[in-house]
Amino acid sequence: MAGQDRRTALEEQIGQWRAFVARRAAIAPRDVDELEGHLRDQIEGLEASGLSSDEAFLVAVRRMGRLDEVSREFAREHSDRLWKQLVVGEAPSGRRPDGLLPAIALAGAAAIVIKIPALFGLSFGSDAAFYALNLAVLVLPFLAAFLLVRRHAAVGTIVAVAVPFLLAAVVVNAYPFAPDGSTIALTAMHTAVALWIVTGIAYANGDWRSDRARMDFIRFSGEWFIYLVLIGLGGGVLAALTMGVFSAIGLDAAHFVQEWLVPCGLAGAVVIAGWLVEAKQNVIENIAPVLTKLFTPLFTVLLLALVVAGIVQGVSVGAAPGAEAFAQRDLLIIFDVVLLVVLGLLLYSYSARDPDAAAGWFDRLQLLMLIAALAVDVLVLIGMTSRISEFGASPNKLASLGLNVILLVNLAGAAWLQLRFVGGAASFARVERWQTAYVPVYLGWAAIVAVVFPPVFGFA
Amino acid sequence: MRIGKDLVAATATPLVLGILADGESYGYAILRRISELSDGELEWSDGMLYPLLHRLERLGHIESTWGASPGGRPRKHYRLSRSGEAVFAEQRRQWAVVSRALQQVWDDRGDTRANLALGGA
Repeated sequence: MAGQDRRTALEEQIGQWRAFVARRAAIAPRDVDELEGHLRDQIEGLEASGLSSDEAFLVAVRRMGRLDEVSREFAREHSDRLWKQLVVGEAPSGRRPDGLLPAIALAGAAAIVIKIPALFGLSFGSDAAFYALNLAVLVLPFLAAFLLVRRHAAVGTIVAVAVPFLLAAVVVNAYPFAPDGSTIALTAMHTAVALWIVTGIAYANGDWRSDRARMDFIRFSGEWFIYLVLIGLGGGVLAALTMGVFSAIGLDAAHFVQEWLVPCGLAGAVVIAGWLVEAKQNVIENIAPVLTKLFTPLFTVLLLALVVAGIVQGVSVGAAPGAEAFAQRDLLIIFDVVLLVVLGLLLYSYSARDPDAAAGWFDRLQLLMLIAALAVDVLVLIGMTSRISEFGASPNKLASLGLNVILLVNLAGAAWLQLRFVGGAASFARVERWQTAYVPVYLGWAAIVAVVFPPVFGFA
Repeated sequence: MRIGKDLVAATATPLVLGILADGESYGYAILRRISELSDGELEWSDGMLYPLLHRLERLGHIESTWGASPGGRPRKHYRLSRSGEAVFAEQRRQWAVVSRALQQVWDDRGDTRANLALGGA
C-alpha cells in the first residue's frame, strides 16, 4: 500500500519535472521523452542500489545537470527551434524582446541619411543612377548596425562588417561610370547583393563560418523579404491615398510622395523589417512552410512548361532544340531571375524544414523542381554561349554567363544531394551544408562583378 | 580527482563513438559504460550527453531509431553509421598519437628525474 503511494508520488514528481523541461523551447517534445526515459532508467538503477524513490529521484535530477546549461547545449545544436523563441534559456513567457528603441532610432537615422544627398542637389526621382548605386550603401549599414547592437558585437566583428561597406561606398562613387553603360547597372545590383551577404556577418555576430548561423541568416533573409513586401504594400496604399486626398482638395502631393515618403519609408522599412523578423519570429514561422508548399509546385510547373516550350519553339524554327529560343537577349536575364527565384524558394523551404524529418513527397517534388531548373539552366547556358560566340562578349552577357555557371553548379550539387536524401543515402544536414557552404561563392562573384567588371570594360 | 572541463569535452566524442562502435546502445547505457570504463572518474551532467548525440547524428556519424525498453517505455537507440566508423577510426589514430606522446613525455620526465637523483648523489 505504502509502495503504491510512493509510486504515485514519484510519477507526480517525474510529471512535474517533465513539464518543467518541456517549457524550454530548445528541447523538443521527443527530446523530453528521451530525457525522461533517461531519468527513469537512472531512478531504477539507483533504487536497485538501495535508495528510496524520493532520494533516487533527487539524485537522478541532480545528475541530469543544470537545466539552463543543458537547454543551452540543446539550443546550440538545434538553433532552428529557438527561432520560435526569443531569449535563449528563458521560459516562453517573460520579458519583451528588447531592440525596439534601437530599431526605431536606426530606422529614423536611415530615413535621414537617405535624404542627405538632397542637400547636394540630388533628388530621388531624377538622379536614379546615383540612388541605384548608393541605395545599399546608404540603407543596409543601419540594418547591420541594428543587428550588431542587438548582439553586443565585438569590435572585430564591427570592423569586419564596416570595412566592406566603406569599400563599396568608395567603389560605387569613385568609379567614372558612363551614364548609360551597362557596368553601372551591374555594379548597382551586385553591390547590393554583396552587401546583403556582408550584413549576414553582422547577423551571425561574426560567426560566419558556422553553417548553423548561415542557415539562420538564409531564414532571416526570407522572412525579412516577406516583411519588407508587406510593409511596402501598406506603404503603397498610404502613398496612393496621400496623393488621392490631396488632389481632391486641389493640392499635388506627388513631389512629397516621390521625394520623401518613398525613399524615407523604404530606408526605415529595411531596418524595421529586420527588427520584426528578430522580434516576431514565431508569428511568421507558420507562413514560411505554407508559402513554400504553395509556390514550389507552381514554379515546378512553370519550369517544366518552360523546358517543353523552349524545345518546341526551337524545333519549329529549325534550330538546335531549345538553344535558339533561349538565346534571345532580353530573355536571358529573365531566365536568370527565374532560376534565382527557384533557388530562393528552395533555400527558404530548407530553412523552414524540420531537419530531423524523413524525406517525404515534398522533398521529391523539390527534386523534380531542381531537375527542371537544371534543364532550363543548361538550355540558357547553351543559348548564351552561342550568342557570345556569335556577337562577342559584353559585360552584361559575361555577368549572366558567370551567374549561370555558378547557378548550374549550385543546382547540380543540390539536385544530386536531394536525390541521395530522397533515396535515403544522405542526411538532410548534407543537403543543408551544401547550400550554406555555397553562400561565399555568391559573395565572391557579386564582388567581382561589382568591382572588377567596370574597369575591365572601361566603365561602359 | 576532478577531471577538467575541457578534457571531458575533448574526450566525449571519441568515447561515445567508441562505445557505439561496440554495438547499438542508448543514452543511459552509454553513460553507465563511460562511468565503468573510467571507474567513475569521468563524469559529466547526464543531460549534456543528448545534445552531443544529436550533433553526432546531424553530422551523420551515428543513426538513431526509437525502440522500447524492456519495461515498454519508448527509448531512442543509437548506432554508428558507416561514415561514423571512418570518423571513429580516424579519431582513434589521432588519440593513439596523443596518448603515446603523453606517455613518452612522462616516461622521459621519470628518467631525467632518476638521472638527476643519481647525479646529485
